[in-house]
Amino acid sequence: MRLSPKDWQGLTLAAIALIVVACLPLVASGYQLSLGVTVAMYTVLATSWAIFSGPTHYISLATAAFFGVGAYVTGIGITYLPYWALPLIAGVIAAVMAALVGLATLRLSGVYFVIFTLGLAEFLRQVITWGQNISGTKGIYVLTSITEAHIFWQLLGLAALVWLAGWAIGRSRLGFALRIIGDDEVVAKHAGIDTARAKILLFMLPGGVAAMTGAILAPRYVYIEPLIAFTPMLSFQVVIMALLGGTGRLWGPIVGVIPFTFLWEAISRSFPNQTTLLLGIAFLAIVYLLPKGFVGLIESARRRTEGWS
Amino acid sequence: MKRRTFTALATLALMAGLTTPAFAQDTLKVGAVAPKTGPLAGGAAVSYWPNVKLWVEDVNARGGLKVDGKQMKLEVVEYDDQTNPGETIKAVQRLVDQDQAQIVLPPYSTGLNLAAAPIYARYGIPMITSTATTDKAADLSKQFPNVFISLGGAQPIALGAVEALTKLKAKGDIGNKIAMVNVADAFGIELAGVAKKAFEAAGFQIVYETSYPLGTQDLSPVMKAAKAAAPDAFVAFSYPPDTFALTEQAIVEDLQVGAFYTAVATAFPGYVKRFGPAIDGVLGIGGVNTESPAFKEYAARHMAVTGAAPDFWASAVVYSTFQVLEQSIEAVGLDNAKIIAHIKGNAFDTVIGTLDFDDNNNNPSFWTVGQWQGGVFKGVASTGREGAVEPIKKAGWK
Repeated sequence: MRLSPKDWQGLTLAAIALIVVACLPLVASGYQLSLGVTVAMYTVLATSWAIFSGPTHYISLATAAFFGVGAYVTGIGITYLPYWALPLIAGVIAAVMAALVGLATLRLSGVYFVIFTLGLAEFLRQVITWGQNISGTKGIYVLTSITEAHIFWQLLGLAALVWLAGWAIGRSRLGFALRIIGDDEVVAKHAGIDTARAKILLFMLPGGVAAMTGAILAPRYVYIEPLIAFTPMLSFQVVIMALLGGTGRLWGPIVGVIPFTFLWEAISRSFPNQTTLLLGIAFLAIVYLLPKGFVGLIESARRRTEGWS
Repeated sequence: MKRRTFTALATLALMAGLTTPAFAQDTLKVGAVAPKTGPLAGGAAVSYWPNVKLWVEDVNARGGLKVDGKQMKLEVVEYDDQTNPGETIKAVQRLVDQDQAQIVLPPYSTGLNLAAAPIYARYGIPMITSTATTDKAADLSKQFPNVFISLGGAQPIALGAVEALTKLKAKGDIGNKIAMVNVADAFGIELAGVAKKAFEAAGFQIVYETSYPLGTQDLSPVMKAAKAAAPDAFVAFSYPPDTFALTEQAIVEDLQVGAFYTAVATAFPGYVKRFGPAIDGVLGIGGVNTESPAFKEYAARHMAVTGAAPDFWASAVVYSTFQVLEQSIEAVGLDNAKIIAHIKGNAFDTVIGTLDFDDNNNNPSFWTVGQWQGGVFKGVASTGREGAVEPIKKAGWK
């Protein structure tokens, strides 16, 4: 892979931005840092989601399922294994799971996939509950000395990896194949692309990343039970944030995550009794007023200024 | 144009959200965070939020909280955590860092309390939990010395049910055949596990046993199968929706048992409102000393201020923990470390009687089982509370 000077420039700028953001825990208050953790968490989840769902247009609602698996890997593994190994193990387990799910569903067209992924989180929740029923154990306590700052740095590192992966995929044959699949799957097949293989390979990325996020965040939750680990709300929030930003660009989701987190914060602060109502209105506003997300808005503005100059 | 309006609105919302309101000196800011939406919102609306309102009204009605010789009125900042532990943590940080709340009340439910424990510990805030049941009080207080447990543990609660049924068996009200079901979630699993062993040790025979997933809508197959086993007693370690559904099915199927036990929400006022006198004799988790003047007075004020009756389990405990905090602040001021030391070192007079935490920051005496008797849910078993009544045999449903 040969990099042009423009690529180097972009990479350097991204690296500098990451280093600046990494200094946040040194200056921020506890509250600001917890907002930072939320932003970092959704950035990782929404970006990895968009790498798969952006080009293929397959809406995945499986984020909560993989996230929960990751949380449980940390919850169960923390007593036996060193902490640093757990996110990696979680990532591998979830990637294998994603491959299996992909094998079963990605040969089908869109809507079956959406329903299956939504059901997956519920299915896993029931499996773990059943496991608890057999073993007679209750929720799991994750008592560690890991602080919010550690979690923030880990998430930031994971975000960097996701961006790098997304950037590399975008330049690869796989990325090209996926764009063709997204445009017209029949054409892609006739052009000789193994569409199922391409989709399954790429679906492993958001799966593995979501599980790693769950594994990293488990120490923050202290007490893990199925209802907390597999909350379906998470899947929907990731989708809406990614759509608000726009899935056409690698940096799209983060443009959605940051304003959405602050909007959500402002709503829960100022109207604690009407959060769900206002969240619903925000969803509607996003879908009606920003169908292409902030990316679409920014790009059309850029095109306009270029037209003027 | 539309877009511009939207952007303007969004900016306004952001600004409204991020400006900290002005802060007056002679008021104390009290922060409370608990579910107003999500799966646990229903329970919090019965046992938690009305008590926040009542406590603040009560304190302000007598002129405020006396802090270092100065009367200070209370002002509440309420947040909804959407039954999401991440939101609970964020809201606590927002309360302390942004709103500068001087008092932060504990959140609602076992899971959310435990998830928030580290953040309360980091700020050093006294956290007198009132809606968390755990058998791990010793481990928790070692890790988080600011955390207190007042609602009791799962073990004694399950054993309380066994104790009540053993009494009925000794009186000859019921035989030894039990049908036992549980909701297949952490809470139900743990209680059923403890109860099963204890029932068998007490000479009972479990003739029917099953679990059902959380959120099961149709429990009629469960009740039909239980009835077919012809038990003398029916025990369900259930959550609010299934407590209602199982009772409903028992009435439909006309299950004839001498003891009928359902767990969470049996003590809710809504339970008797829904089923009326049919549920007289139903046993359930919780209980209070309904004859104590302190509770009677509390229930009357609860009704007057919030327009609803308190439940007969957690409500009074929630209010009691607020009283512990109130008395400690009046005694030592707003220094959190001093408040924690004061709570550890003293016994407190509250609406549930004396509240005295042991060396593990655990309240050792709490109600475990109550029974509907004449429209009131009376405590029948506890770990050392006064005022327990004898359990009675359940008559027919009609």
